[in-house]
Amino acid sequence: MTTRIDARFAELAKQGRSAFVTFLMAGDPDPATSIDIIKALPKAGADIIEIGMPFTDPMADGPSIQAAGLRALKAGMTLKKTLELVRGFRKEDNATPLVLMGYYNPIYIYGVDKFLTDAKSAGVDGLIIVDLPPEEDTELCIPAMKVGLNFIRLATPTTDDKRLPAVLANTSGFVYYVSIAGITGGAAADSNVVGEAVARIKRHTKLPVCVGFGIRTPDAARAIAQKANGAVVGTALVDALHASLDGEGRATPKTVGAVADLASALAQGVKGAKQAAE
Amino acid sequence: MNPNLPNSFRTGPDERGHFGIFGGRFVAETLMPLILDLEKAYADAKADPAFQSEMNGYLKNYVGRPSPLYFAERLTEHLGGAKIYFKREELNHTGSHKVNNVLGQIMVARRMGKKRIIAETGAGQHGVATATLCARFGLDCVVYMGAVDVERQQPNVIRMEMLGARVVPVQSGSRTLKDAMNDALRDWVTNVHDTFYCIGTVAGPHPYPMMVRDFQSVIGDETRQQMQEIEGRLPDSLIACIGGGSNAMGLFHPFLDDPAIEIFGVEAAGHGLTQLHAASIAGGRPGVLHGNRTYLLMDDDGQIQDAHSISAGLDYPGIGPEHSWLHETGRVTYLSATDDEALEAFQLLSRLEGIIPALEPAHAIAKVLELAPKRSKDHLMVVNLSGRGDKDVPQVGDILKGRKK
Repeated sequence: MTTRIDARFAELAKQGRSAFVTFLMAGDPDPATSIDIIKALPKAGADIIEIGMPFTDPMADGPSIQAAGLRALKAGMTLKKTLELVRGFRKEDNATPLVLMGYYNPIYIYGVDKFLTDAKSAGVDGLIIVDLPPEEDTELCIPAMKVGLNFIRLATPTTDDKRLPAVLANTSGFVYYVSIAGITGGAAADSNVVGEAVARIKRHTKLPVCVGFGIRTPDAARAIAQKANGAVVGTALVDALHASLDGEGRATPKTVGAVADLASALAQGVKGAKQAAE
Repeated sequence: MNPNLPNSFRTGPDERGHFGIFGGRFVAETLMPLILDLEKAYADAKADPAFQSEMNGYLKNYVGRPSPLYFAERLTEHLGGAKIYFKREELNHTGSHKVNNVLGQIMVARRMGKKRIIAETGAGQHGVATATLCARFGLDCVVYMGAVDVERQQPNVIRMEMLGARVVPVQSGSRTLKDAMNDALRDWVTNVHDTFYCIGTVAGPHPYPMMVRDFQSVIGDETRQQMQEIEGRLPDSLIACIGGGSNAMGLFHPFLDDPAIEIFGVEAAGHGLTQLHAASIAGGRPGVLHGNRTYLLMDDDGQIQDAHSISAGLDYPGIGPEHSWLHETGRVTYLSATDDEALEAFQLLSRLEGIIPALEPAHAIAKVLELAPKRSKDHLMVVNLSGRGDKDVPQVGDILKGRKK
């Protein structure tokens, strides 16, 4: 089955460039502003959009993304509303791949089968669930594959050659390489080291490999995009959003533009890169 | 009897870390290889007689085991029912049962060549035990502790620092034990190469719930033997407080396959079960947090709710997965005690037995006050006195002073 993700990577391969992948939290700083931001991203140059599902206890995230999730929850965001946001986006854009990223508990409580049905019909293309390693594939990964959603797995510096096949076995869409052992918003990885890691993963799979964690600037995005099939930026965009809010943490007239402007600059960085050697 | 009951309650977990539907390994990929390494290292240690014999040496001469099984004569007289025994875990070095587990994990960490130990702590008892053994074995120690708990458990913060540990006050979320565990996991994911995460309770990803239970089972093993020596038979009931549930699991596990023995776990009901509390089984439902599936306090969207208990050690919105399974199979009965009931029990025990208990086991004592009078005089009831109350004296003193005004 070809998904929007597969189609997008095929298109980018023809253009000879890597993907610019954005991450923002659904409902941050409030549901109405959040949909405006997400809608502005394709025009700003985002090739694939990751949307965070807010969770109270995001164990793999740093302070910026934790705070974004709490802002969204405080503004009344729920998993149901996140799916409504996707539905709203899909009314205007039927091509840009959307990937939901987060933690398992809200999905488990929503009900796995109901969630997959609703996510698929809303127009979600893939899932990244941080706390579901291959050892727990029967929970959500296998059911997601059955309904035609990509289950995108994280590979990390601790995922050695022995373990990679298990991690890649049920992965589809793309592989998300976490460039550092750590939480989001942490230190940046050296692009040469990342290049070696991407090459190592590519020895085990034909899937595109996108790299995230620690990419904050257009230059850094360019450097990573030269080594991988995509560069993922999250914390820097979330920080730009946060900086545009008023003293009470509410959206201002600058908020959507602040995120879109940084996304455009980052997209230029990615587009300036030469396509990774295959 | 339920026809689906297992032949034994002591064989879990399965090879994937499940107790029925509970448990598992719900962690980020970065941690997965470490957890698999730990599982292997622990299995090797368990099979190595030298490991057991070295640990027994430290348990005897450093921790001070076996801890006494003490007949609480005045409390028994006062209640006029069951004959009440205390398993005196508060007499261990560092003042609680926590040291049993920490000793075991630190010895596994040493076998694995890890030099840096991190831990989360609520009341500070696990933090103090970890800081103590890190000092003893010359290891770096970082303890994550909710900022709220740093305030209310100052004596333990000072002890940890005196022992050379760095205490990091956690400012995220509700700033209590749950958030301390989040930040410890964030540290671990960032410092995977040299760091060992010493979890303080029977929760977290497999193999932690099993490993911590095994190290704490010395409590129940000794109790069996001591009760045989004192009374010539096994006890009739067991009772222990539960946050994550390690002191309870340690006492209960060796008795799970003795069906005549009634077993009670006591959760913290805080201000009452219809208000803020920390009773995951009474007020929660199964969900996934901190690496395992278990009963959790949460809202309809699956967002974790803040727990509340007067006792920092019970102030956690979850419970160990094996307890969730023992609840669903009906083998253990889970009760709860409020802040006020625990405070009453704290004062009563201090005056009747000359033992100031920690606020955590004061919850278990609170239920002893209800259960013991309903039992006959030849009923043998064992309560796990899991920690001493020195750390709580300033907090309880302030509360009682406030009430007199």
